[in-house]
Amino acid sequence: MSKQRLVLIGNGMAGVRTLEELLKLAPEMYDITVFGAEPHGNYNRILLSPVLAGEMTVPDIMLNDLDWYREHGITLHVGKKVTQIDRVRRQVIADDGTTAGYDRLLIATGSKPFILPIPGNDLPGVIGYRDIADTQAMIDTSNTHRHAVVIGAGLLGLEAANGLKLRGMDVTVVHLGEWIMERQLDKQAADMLQASLEAKGLKFLLPKQTEMLIAAPDGRVGAIRFKDGSEIPADLVVMAAGIRPDAALAEAAGIHCNRGIVVNDTMQTYDPRVYAVGECANHRGTAYGLVAPLFDQAKVCANHLANFGIGRYQGSVTSTKLKVTGIDVFSAGDFIGTPETEEIVLHDRSGGVYKKLVLAKDKLVGAVMYGDTVDGGWYFQLLREGKSIEELRDHLMFGQSYAQSHLGDTGHAGNTMAATMPDEAQVCGCNGVCKGTIVKAIKENGLFSLDEVKKHTKAASSCGSCSGLVEQILASTLGGAYQAVDRTNKALCGCTEHGHGAVRQAIREHHLLSIPAVMEHLAWQTPNGCATCRPALNYYLISSWPHEAIDDPQSRFINERAHANIQKDGTYSVIPQMMGGVTTPAELKRIAEVAEKYNVPTVKVTGGQRIDLLGIKKADLPKVWADLGMPSGHAYGKSIRTVKTCVGDEHCRFGTQSSMSMGIALEKMLFAMWSPHKVKLAVSGCPRNCAEAGIKDVGVIGVDSGWELYVGGNGGIKTEVAQFFCKVTTRDEVMEYAGAFLQLYREEGWYLERTVHWLERVGLDGVRKQVLDNAERRRELHERLLYSLQGAVDPWAARQQGPAHREFEPIKFFDKVPA
Amino acid sequence: MTPLTWKKLCALADIPALGSRVVERASGGNIAVFRTSDDAVFAVLDACPHKQGPLSQGIVHGHKVTCPLHGQNIDLESGHVVAPDTGCTRRFNARVDNGEVWLEL
Repeated sequence: MSKQRLVLIGNGMAGVRTLEELLKLAPEMYDITVFGAEPHGNYNRILLSPVLAGEMTVPDIMLNDLDWYREHGITLHVGKKVTQIDRVRRQVIADDGTTAGYDRLLIATGSKPFILPIPGNDLPGVIGYRDIADTQAMIDTSNTHRHAVVIGAGLLGLEAANGLKLRGMDVTVVHLGEWIMERQLDKQAADMLQASLEAKGLKFLLPKQTEMLIAAPDGRVGAIRFKDGSEIPADLVVMAAGIRPDAALAEAAGIHCNRGIVVNDTMQTYDPRVYAVGECANHRGTAYGLVAPLFDQAKVCANHLANFGIGRYQGSVTSTKLKVTGIDVFSAGDFIGTPETEEIVLHDRSGGVYKKLVLAKDKLVGAVMYGDTVDGGWYFQLLREGKSIEELRDHLMFGQSYAQSHLGDTGHAGNTMAATMPDEAQVCGCNGVCKGTIVKAIKENGLFSLDEVKKHTKAASSCGSCSGLVEQILASTLGGAYQAVDRTNKALCGCTEHGHGAVRQAIREHHLLSIPAVMEHLAWQTPNGCATCRPALNYYLISSWPHEAIDDPQSRFINERAHANIQKDGTYSVIPQMMGGVTTPAELKRIAEVAEKYNVPTVKVTGGQRIDLLGIKKADLPKVWADLGMPSGHAYGKSIRTVKTCVGDEHCRFGTQSSMSMGIALEKMLFAMWSPHKVKLAVSGCPRNCAEAGIKDVGVIGVDSGWELYVGGNGGIKTEVAQFFCKVTTRDEVMEYAGAFLQLYREEGWYLERTVHWLERVGLDGVRKQVLDNAERRRELHERLLYSLQGAVDPWAARQQGPAHREFEPIKFFDKVPA
Repeated sequence: MTPLTWKKLCALADIPALGSRVVERASGGNIAVFRTSDDAVFAVLDACPHKQGPLSQGIVHGHKVTCPLHGQNIDLESGHVVAPDTGCTRRFNARVDNGEVWLEL
């Protein structure tokens, strides 16, 4: 069977992005033909402003050069404008007579500038601001003429005005509205922006209605006349009074259009063979002009073209973060407000900062900012997630780092300093990536998301603590093109559209018991996933269906497969179990003997009060374990790690409780517990807290009248102090409350989410309600934990013989293999 | 130099699906032999071009393996590191014949 034919009309960002997404899903499915009216490959239209301003050149802003089309076997017709779609014969016809037949057609014709219906609008020197040709015309005119008039003070108009001013022209901005950028800013912010642009030499006339354009003696535009009778000279008129979806071609072909080509949630038009994406499409009444929604549409459209049909586009909430002539402005949501909303306002006129937050009850519904917009992304996140901001309200105005420093900043948030950082400042401490490298990669490779930056630069790809900062660099580099990912719905990885929550729910509701079953049920897009999703799926399976689901060793990271920690040279470390950090002379002797017998190069005491033997060859692991005669310490897994203890009242003169035996009891209960991420506990025998229980996932502190439990502490990447959870009297209660808390984390936490990040996501209050306020629920959780850990075996003992032993045996054939 | 010859390695069943075995050599470095979900076998030098991580210990998916040390993906068919990372590890011819794995060395 020959391949299906896909034709794309419109070689712009939305259309080509759809092709890129499609090629990822089904590279061989279509013969693809692309028509572009412009004589170039696909370029980043957002960066035309820096080109006009002389900060970048046209080659800098290319996203896909001609080689890209060739590599992917795509037939590209540049400089050919499609003039007709023949839906009966299923072919498109270009102005030079080129035709192409299609099985599926994708229309991505974008938008065109709105040209005011006034006399003289067709004079030479009157242009829109849309493409490379317009930009070049402006640059050329700036070399030969003096007076420029920009009609429309929206973002595009102001960028055009700024660029022309930088190129030496005398620029006047004419605007019909009461204030500039009224779609993105309220009056206060707009006035501040206008004042600062005026200080740079731009002139403004508003509100002002244009009547006509008057020709100069050379036939070119020479002046502009307004309704009030006044006139100013104009050698160049840039119409930037808005854009209109370019739907003429579709409309002529009889496809239903209404302020854009009307599409459904799979981006199909009323003719199901014909799709439309980007600025030309009207989805649920909205034609989007920002890049982030277009990319969402591209993903969904590609998914449908690839016959997966599991993606739906349900509209986008957009925010505007812009840099207008070096001044940052941001807005999102309903920033004007209604009689029912309240406002928090900070206005520092001479400091050049203005911020307004619009609140409806306990939710943030809108924000507008001028001058200082570093927290824009954070406000937008709060707005989109619709979280209650009640606890944050007092500090909300002062931004993320301040507000969260008062709550304990949980999560991998960055500092709000991206914009002011010098290029050589290091952003990612793990991989040594500095800001300049990231900015360069974003610009040169046309990156738009955190994931792409991770792949290209390695920044934020190890510990992830600089993710927030990288996102801010993206935002400040891309301006309006950047849209932060919605963490709550983020897909698990590139193999699927589904997020962690949805995957786990499917496993539970449909009683799925193996990775292939999950992949089939949720229509995974890769044959066997990847190194990101398989370990997550394996965990969700074994935690949802203990004793039933198949635990697949090939879907576990090597440390959990080999039950030892891989080191940089490929050797392993061995940490035997030493519950509560308590050992015996006999165990110490055996450890010493093993260390000598296997020439262990390094013996080290760990942070969790255990003994680590480093530098052991994989093939020796089973023998080392057998010689030690001790069970696995699970120091390698997303699992219970250690319960650290102080000596407690058995020896300590200050001790109030028996912390060692309490710690050992907890560690026994939790033996071999797999969890979303590693879990560390500590038990201290008195409030002096020598076991450092304040930075553990579960910290237990003995007091005279019982035990205090603390949860969600973390001593790692970003130190987090554990929050007080409850106070109990007996040891059995400690076991039940800690066990129930950990089981809830095991059932609700996303893979690779530490307790602190889980609590930040779901809120400590909800966890308290389930574990503290509801005794029945607590008992159920504790029982489920005990059930899933029932009959847990020591993985080291199990691997000293039997089939699992094969993991450690190399195949040798020295004698037969020539050197 | 000795010409390359095909050598019988082990039964296909000796390599777990989506898993690997290490072939130790007297010199020239170990070789990682992988079995993918479609029962194809691939052999590459057991060292990631990035920092010499033992690829045999990585997670296998599709015809690729993810290095256990820093997560670079290596295409087993070509030995090339998957973009945007760069690099290449030496590959060896391997095949399955009658349920037995053969390696050209």
